[in-house]
Amino acid sequence: MSRAQVTAGAAEAAPAVAGDKTAGRPGRAPAARSVRPTGRRRRLELALLLTPATVLFTAFVLAPMALAAYYSFYNWNGYGALTSAGLSNYTSALTGSNFQHSVLHNLIIVVLSLVIQLPLSIGLAMLLNRRIKGRSFLRLVVFAPYVLSEAITAVVWYQMLQPSGFVDQLLTSVGLGSQVHDWLGSTSLVLYTLFVVITWKYIGFGIILLLAGLQGVPTELREAAALDGASSWQITRHVVMPLLGPTIRIWIFLSVIGSLQLFDLVWIMTGGGPAEASNTMVTYIYNFGIKQQQYGFASAVAVILFIICFVFALAYQRFVLRRDTEGALTRVVG
Amino acid sequence: MRTFRTASFVAAAAALVLTASACSSSSGGSTNSNASTGPVNLTWWHNGTTDPVKSLWAQAAADYTAAHPNVKFTVDPIQNEQFQTKVPAALAGGNPPDIFQQWGGGQLTSQITSGKLMDLTAATSSWISELGATAAGWQADGKQYGIPYDLHVVGFWYRKDLFAQAGITAPPTTMDELNADVVKLKQHNIAPIAIGSKDRWPDAFYWDYFAVRECSTDVLKQASKDMKLTDPCWTKAGDDLKAFLATNPFQTGFLGTPAQQGVGSSAGLIASGKAAMELQGDWELPTMEGLLPNGTFKSQMGWFPFPAVTGGAGDPTVALGGGDGFSCTTGATAACPDFLKYLASTAVQDKIASQGIALPANPASDSKLTDPNLQTISSYAAKAPYIQMYFDIAFPTSVGQSLDNAVADYFAGKGTPQTIVQSVTNAGSGGK
Repeated sequence: MSRAQVTAGAAEAAPAVAGDKTAGRPGRAPAARSVRPTGRRRRLELALLLTPATVLFTAFVLAPMALAAYYSFYNWNGYGALTSAGLSNYTSALTGSNFQHSVLHNLIIVVLSLVIQLPLSIGLAMLLNRRIKGRSFLRLVVFAPYVLSEAITAVVWYQMLQPSGFVDQLLTSVGLGSQVHDWLGSTSLVLYTLFVVITWKYIGFGIILLLAGLQGVPTELREAAALDGASSWQITRHVVMPLLGPTIRIWIFLSVIGSLQLFDLVWIMTGGGPAEASNTMVTYIYNFGIKQQQYGFASAVAVILFIICFVFALAYQRFVLRRDTEGALTRVVG
Repeated sequence: MRTFRTASFVAAAAALVLTASACSSSSGGSTNSNASTGPVNLTWWHNGTTDPVKSLWAQAAADYTAAHPNVKFTVDPIQNEQFQTKVPAALAGGNPPDIFQQWGGGQLTSQITSGKLMDLTAATSSWISELGATAAGWQADGKQYGIPYDLHVVGFWYRKDLFAQAGITAPPTTMDELNADVVKLKQHNIAPIAIGSKDRWPDAFYWDYFAVRECSTDVLKQASKDMKLTDPCWTKAGDDLKAFLATNPFQTGFLGTPAQQGVGSSAGLIASGKAAMELQGDWELPTMEGLLPNGTFKSQMGWFPFPAVTGGAGDPTVALGGGDGFSCTTGATAACPDFLKYLASTAVQDKIASQGIALPANPASDSKLTDPNLQTISSYAAKAPYIQMYFDIAFPTSVGQSLDNAVADYFAGKGTPQTIVQSVTNAGSGGK
């Protein structure tokens, strides 16, 4: 990283020096400017190009975040004056069993994603990477659910999972009638039902990502390993998997953040119920913020969610992704 | 009309966008205090996004403008759920609409704290008594802050054909009779009662009604004010609910069923004849028509009030209900209360009744109801000595939603009659 910065810095410094030197010589100045902008012009350019993004980012990301943090220390019903709440919003959130359960539900989804979705994605991606008949079509089929919006996915699955709906009838018709359950109405089952739908929706994304990763594994390495007498399992385990590492680590990152922020699907399919059995942190926030109009309390929960995601993101970047990004940069610069 | 639908994230996002656009388009700061002079433009937010209500309001605005050429309207039909987010944003901002949908109760009390709601007491004192006791739901501290245009009553809708099939000759009048009918319907493999528990508020209707049957009218009135459910009757309501749930009266998988979305919803189950009863508002018929157009259910529908509870201190003729109305904001002119008076007059109320849109808020238009079930409900409401507003609306939003959640949890087997009561007292004292 540092080497890259040094190189880039040198490139930036060069035109500034050139500009200063040529200032006294009008004859060459226009030519120099046309090739490399002066410091002032460069700053103008930067300002011009960065301002829209900065304004949008500040107005729609930073300011709402700051406001949420501010509201989290007050009680506010959305209409009247703010009344100071101190840290009470935080303490009652953290000690409330419904909030703890919501966090737990998020964690269950995170763990299930890693344990079930990841191996499944890798397996399917390797299968779809082989030269099999109808490969393009299969890839399309697997990826299709990811293209659907979450709301549509939720409504479609919601209808299919109704008692004696499509899923129940399908199970009965293939002789699995004993396996028919109250998919969305059972407090012990609902979270796992939702996880199946989430997997159906997002597995395609993981597969496409991993397929791209697999394309990057040089054939020579496989051939070399095969010549050395490695079995196909050994090639997969010791050649392909290590090279797939960066892709897998990125997928884990996206999957964990996505699981922590899970909302649309759950909200439409169950509303967090029955009996809060499928509440996630965000449905919990929505329930308190929009439905109960306790904006201060909901903001406090939002801040807690933000901290959880932020800490995870930083730690993951620092300890897991660092190797990948460093490697990438060294390759580019070297 | 009091309709509830699940607000999706998409809807919430759309609401934000609409808020932004609506803020820029609504008429600004018309502070003219005289209705008769100068042109006036009133921005009107209502939830009648579909016919017949949409046309009714468009016509009402046009008719009023014809009679008062200086008053023009910007009519803005808005999806029902968006009022939850749009109204707080508008009242907090500098440019709220002049007229907006108002359900009264605790939410009205919360909105008053914004200081943007117009006090209509003086403007309405000469005629508000025509609406009878209904108008009380839109009052706070003896002042009128909104005018209802219709009235809602909750009761049991039932299928006459399925009752006949199960050998039930008359609708039940006591809980014992209802429980006996549930058994009979089950024996004939008919789902006795449909409920949309996914939406939570239909669950609350049961607890609300048990409370109305167990508690005296004085206790009910006091509770809406101080949110302290200390009387033992409130816990008894939970005990009644517990006994009722033990009879397992609902359709299979009711915890995941929505109330009004799709033919699989509780309203859809009644419309398609898959369940025999549902405890719902008088809006059930239009809801079912939306789900199953041209269905043959209409002639099969009947209505009976929530049965009496043996030993309850409550008057068995007291009803649970509410209504829809409108409020004016402080930036509006005197034309605003005058227009609300027009909406509450028989000129408009007759249409609400004759088109079967809802029960009219003005009793003078009751005779214009044509649907036999609405006539039944209307006469029941007229005889009721008191109409308890649904508690989720009567209490401030945070308390009401907390109650709905606690009752819904109880339906799913979590909690006790005591936790339902605590949910109100806790939220009422500022707890989360």
